[in-house]
Amino acid sequence: MTEQQRKPHDPDERGHFGPYGGRFMPEALIGALDELAAEYDKAQRDSAFVEEFTRLLRDYANRPSLLTEAPRFAEHAGGARIFLKREDLNHTGSHKINNVLGQALLTKRMGKKRVIAETGAGQHGVATATACALMGLECTVYMGQVDTERQALNVARMNLLGAEVIPVTTGSRTLKDAINEALRDWVSNVDTTHYLLGTAAGAHPFPVMVRNFHKIIGEEARRQILEQAGKLPDAVAACVGGGSNAIGIFHGFIDDPDVRLVGFEPGGHGIDSGEHGATLSHGTPGVLHGARSYLLQDDDGQTIEAYSISAGLDYPGVGPEHAWLKDTGRAEYRSVTDDEAMDAFQLLSRTEGIIPAIESAHALAGALVLGRELGPDGLIVVNLSGRGDKDMDTAAKHFGYVEDS
Amino acid sequence: MSGLNTLFEQVKAEDRAALIGYLPAGYPTVAESKELLAAMIDGGCDLVEVGVPYSDPVMDGPTIQVAADTALRNGFRLRQTFDVVQSVTDHGGHAVVMTYWNPVHHYGVDAFARDLAAAGGHGLITPDLVPDEAEDWLDVSERHELDRIFLVAPSSSEERIVRTVKSSSGFVYATAVMGVTGARESVGAGAAELVRRTRAHTDLPIGVGLGVRSGDQAAEVASFADAVIVGSAFVTAAQEGTGAVRALAEELAGGVRR
Repeated sequence: MTEQQRKPHDPDERGHFGPYGGRFMPEALIGALDELAAEYDKAQRDSAFVEEFTRLLRDYANRPSLLTEAPRFAEHAGGARIFLKREDLNHTGSHKINNVLGQALLTKRMGKKRVIAETGAGQHGVATATACALMGLECTVYMGQVDTERQALNVARMNLLGAEVIPVTTGSRTLKDAINEALRDWVSNVDTTHYLLGTAAGAHPFPVMVRNFHKIIGEEARRQILEQAGKLPDAVAACVGGGSNAIGIFHGFIDDPDVRLVGFEPGGHGIDSGEHGATLSHGTPGVLHGARSYLLQDDDGQTIEAYSISAGLDYPGVGPEHAWLKDTGRAEYRSVTDDEAMDAFQLLSRTEGIIPAIESAHALAGALVLGRELGPDGLIVVNLSGRGDKDMDTAAKHFGYVEDS
Repeated sequence: MSGLNTLFEQVKAEDRAALIGYLPAGYPTVAESKELLAAMIDGGCDLVEVGVPYSDPVMDGPTIQVAADTALRNGFRLRQTFDVVQSVTDHGGHAVVMTYWNPVHHYGVDAFARDLAAAGGHGLITPDLVPDEAEDWLDVSERHELDRIFLVAPSSSEERIVRTVKSSSGFVYATAVMGVTGARESVGAGAAELVRRTRAHTDLPIGVGLGVRSGDQAAEVASFADAVIVGSAFVTAAQEGTGAVRALAEELAGGVRR
């Protein structure tokens, strides 16, 4: 990206957000990253690409997504008004489709025929398999073996869509290891294959590109809240694993200094238990998966395995722009435990008839706390990043609706 | 400036390529890894790469992944890297450390360089650190007189090869194939071409790695490269013990002298 084309909040030409980001990658992949950055740069300025992307978002993914007020839920939040940005209503059931459609179009522009992806909960894998089916691309999804078990239905969905799902049996057998395995595939097949990374992390240009494909969430939400509430919110709440849905909605409000941007990370069994995925709140700067950012690591710089009841959030790293937003104070990051998230999951289901993804339930739990802090005049937009159908098995066990087998 | 320059000059005077062997520190235990590295040196490795076991080795295939995992499960601590390097120095050998960047970043680049130099290590091979991100390391390596071994790949543009060799010292590491580490049937036709393209821009010795496992392959690579680098095959041999490691080193050392 040349200096002239850089917009405010863009990283420098080598992908740095302050001291974060960059490219900590094998030399063998630098060529592919350069190619991707150049192609993305051209595509952004190509009206045909922009129109095709916009058309797919509208006619295929069901954008704009609704902004729904949740008054019965908000009664539990100190009387603050709460609006939900309904990414759960997108095709494939989460925000992930935005980025996937953008990168699948880029894959075609680069003349590549094969796409690989990692997935945790399966949302990104399903979205990727969907876009590949739509565009006739071969698709391989790497998924930690632990996640293939707790999200078996999503594995079936990906298979149905024609994707090959490869269970990853190395390391902690979750999202971070799925990324390792996808990177190994990519370095071996880079001429024919695009790595369709699912979050706003990794080496440049992924963080800025994925953010920009998701910026529409925040742009719509800002317009909608002004229409429906007549003013900007006091706070925008989103869950943060790798951070793609959060960075997407945050960017709609980043130049509104009075709007607080609050990310909620998975607190798992509680920070003191050591079993969590609260990278920004409790991690330290380091290098993982191609970028410098915050991460969970031990005294020797070995990655610590993250934990969350939500498969989509248990990642020991986080996108570099979030690290920068934390350090500059523009955004704040807190943690929400499994139990708090599950309580919010059930509460939204019972008060509004909306079953959220457990990932998104972390943002909902956070909004309950924020609402009590803000008081009855408070106005909060929550990014409801995905729907909870995929989480029924986990929920049924958690609440004892079925026998825990 | 460096000890590696002297080493490569000696090898060149013998009109052959150097043999470089890799094993992870702490595999299967710290004490055993010292014995295995000593066996590599006794068998004829001119230089050893002491690997740092890391939780997320994205450039490595299954053989080295499992070895790193074993070392970590057996309690390997990062600072023991320097004990292992010291043991190579004490055995009369030469060592560089091969490491993913985060352990160095976390230890502190300057502290890591200081402790490596104190143990007699010659430098660092950095598989996920390209010169573009290496400002600290470029500076610190000068101060501690350590060599910086960066990698070139078949996919590297001319421009990137130029940048990489300019930032390198000691030798340049050419990855023979596009892929992860692991012994292969053939080294890949692209290796000789990559060495040729790299040679056009530097007088530094060029080592070729990724896939070499036999004396024949070593001889083939030695015909166009200044050093033959062997990793996964040594890790596999290490599972059988010091005898197998020494025997493999002798076979490969014969290969580079054909």
